[in-house]
Amino acid sequence: MTLKIGLFGNPNTGKSSLFNMLTGLNQHVGNFPGVTVEKKYGVIKRSEKTFTIIDFPGIYSLYPTSQDEQVVYDVLEEPNHLDFPDMACVVLDSSNLSRNLLLLTQLYDLKIPIVAILNMWDLVEKRGLTIDLSNLEKTFPGVTFVQTNARVGLGKERILEALEKTVETSNYSPVIDSFELAKIEDKKSQENEIKLRYGWINEKLPHFLKSKPVVEEGTKKIDKILTHPVFGYLIFLSILFAVFQFIFSFAVIPMDFIDLKFSQLSEWVGTTMQSGLLNDLVSQGIIPGIGGVVVFIPQIALLFFFLSILEETGYLARVVFLMDRLMRPFGLNGKSVVPLMSSVACAIPGVMATRTIADWKERLITILVAPLMSCSARIPVFTLLISLTITNEDIAGIFNLQGIVLMGLYLLGIVSALLVAIVLNKLIKIKFSGYLLLELPSYKSPRWKNVIINVLEKVKIFSLDAGKVILAISIILWALATFGPGNTMETEAKKREESLASSTLSEDEKEQQIASVKLEHSYIGIMGKGLEPVIAPLGYDWKIGISLITSFAAREVFVGSLATIYAVHDESEENDRLIDRLKKELKPDGTPVYTLATGMSLMVFYVFAMQCMATLAVVKRETNSWKWPIIQIVFMGVLAYSASFFTFILFS
Amino acid sequence: MTTLLDLEIEKKAVVLEVLPSPLNAKMAEMGIIEGVELSVAFKAPFGDPIAIELNGSLLSLRKNEASLVKIQLI
Repeated sequence: MTLKIGLFGNPNTGKSSLFNMLTGLNQHVGNFPGVTVEKKYGVIKRSEKTFTIIDFPGIYSLYPTSQDEQVVYDVLEEPNHLDFPDMACVVLDSSNLSRNLLLLTQLYDLKIPIVAILNMWDLVEKRGLTIDLSNLEKTFPGVTFVQTNARVGLGKERILEALEKTVETSNYSPVIDSFELAKIEDKKSQENEIKLRYGWINEKLPHFLKSKPVVEEGTKKIDKILTHPVFGYLIFLSILFAVFQFIFSFAVIPMDFIDLKFSQLSEWVGTTMQSGLLNDLVSQGIIPGIGGVVVFIPQIALLFFFLSILEETGYLARVVFLMDRLMRPFGLNGKSVVPLMSSVACAIPGVMATRTIADWKERLITILVAPLMSCSARIPVFTLLISLTITNEDIAGIFNLQGIVLMGLYLLGIVSALLVAIVLNKLIKIKFSGYLLLELPSYKSPRWKNVIINVLEKVKIFSLDAGKVILAISIILWALATFGPGNTMETEAKKREESLASSTLSEDEKEQQIASVKLEHSYIGIMGKGLEPVIAPLGYDWKIGISLITSFAAREVFVGSLATIYAVHDESEENDRLIDRLKKELKPDGTPVYTLATGMSLMVFYVFAMQCMATLAVVKRETNSWKWPIIQIVFMGVLAYSASFFTFILFS
Repeated sequence: MTTLLDLEIEKKAVVLEVLPSPLNAKMAEMGIIEGVELSVAFKAPFGDPIAIELNGSLLSLRKNEASLVKIQLI
């Protein structure tokens, strides 16, 4: 027999700790039907019964004010719903019963068999509260109460035992007789019902709760510092700085390792497998494609590692509190800050972190502008172009011109993200509720199990869901670069080979020349040439055009593509040979291609353009349709084109 | 009219009424209803948002949300 157990509870009651305690690593993540709300569930087998535990979003009452909360309403309103629970586990924060009981009375009145979990039982004594359990049980006849402390893993057995006993709802004595949920639009009935329930709770409360709960002194003391009007912001900036320092210095190590291993693997396959099309597909299409997914994992894992810690401790809610006022003029709220900041490392975890934003419009705007923040993949493009076209000189003796340009590009990204948010806020016609009403949980030390499970889950979502799209696009790009119309690729390559036969170039250099000719005559090469009239006003030639197309896979591919086109592949980290070669590149009229104007225009292009298929795939996943990623690609493309156009004119 | 906006930090008050708005059900859900005791714990710069303590937990509200809550000092 399989029983569906719904896990319900207010936010910050330790509900996710409890879910992790019950299901361990045996968790699955999907979406509730038709919406982008995450549905986590886990299966537990007990002698004769199998429990499917469904973790519902945290709610204060059954009446929704966000998309996440609406899921609970939709499920409970429809007893034939696929996810309608046979039993409910209601998680209660023992140290804050009055508000927690509101949700319990609603589920109780719906006549769902209930196991009520008095979680954080350790805090009851610590805060000097006394709960009379037998009186509490008398208040809710039929409900089984279980005391737990999920943070330290206490109470799993007791919960499972309680679930195994069939709970009888016939002796329930409801707060509201023959209760039915009010309509979603009917706010007045909802308000009256909630007031009635609080009235009932306040009347019963003295029977089982002997003292008045207060916010604990420790939290008050920490808040004096962390939400201080001056130090609060300084501390937030320092934490951000430390997190980014850590990510930038340490994510590179596994990323380089992954890069190396995947290129070794594709080389090994390339030389050992029978040569031919299949070999090329595997060694140049599929393996690098998978590598392109795996390489993002260190950044995603590290970022969510830190974010989970900040969330677990209760600090993230304070960041929202501090930043809310500052973000409001842009149509965003305090919760947009963390996703946007994360995007400075990488837009993928940034977009994934928007799940905490309850309001769909604010979440959508945050997702749409997040890729405008300059991510770490832009750095190789910027450094190449800066050392190529910006002179290394000091201004006023202290400022380095190259450094100023780099900082300017970052600022340009941030400023345009905020400006675009203002515009989108005006353009997107979605009903917007716009409120804060956020609970600031008491501070706790993080639970490492929750942190690790959260990190694993994010990595899994990214590699499986977004990975498919990334792999598909990589293979398409590979095919476009490998094939060309008719035999032109082969004949041109042969011609070059013959003309090189008598030259004194090394074998490597000859091979690079041939690769360059092949790319020029592939479909991508033809597309690049076809693009030339379009991008000429920006100061680009067809070679840059090819690199723009290939770097749609990921921005940093731009550098490698140019290296292939100019036949200067170089194993060293420095791009000296490439830079030397690019400096000598001349237009048909004899002037250099890479002037200040072209360089600036290209860098501005990379600030704006959505040159990242992984972000595209994640946005598709998070918005559950292709509509928004396509809109995003178009508006970022238009922005990139026009901004580069004006930049080119300005610097010419 | 005294509202939650006028309440100084660490002073206690009791809620007299929550003025009608689309947020009433949400406010009630969070425990902001007639007769409940609360106090202001701390404020962000420019007094927006504010954090209040009620029923033993901390809750943050924006200025315009706080302006809907009529209170009486105790």
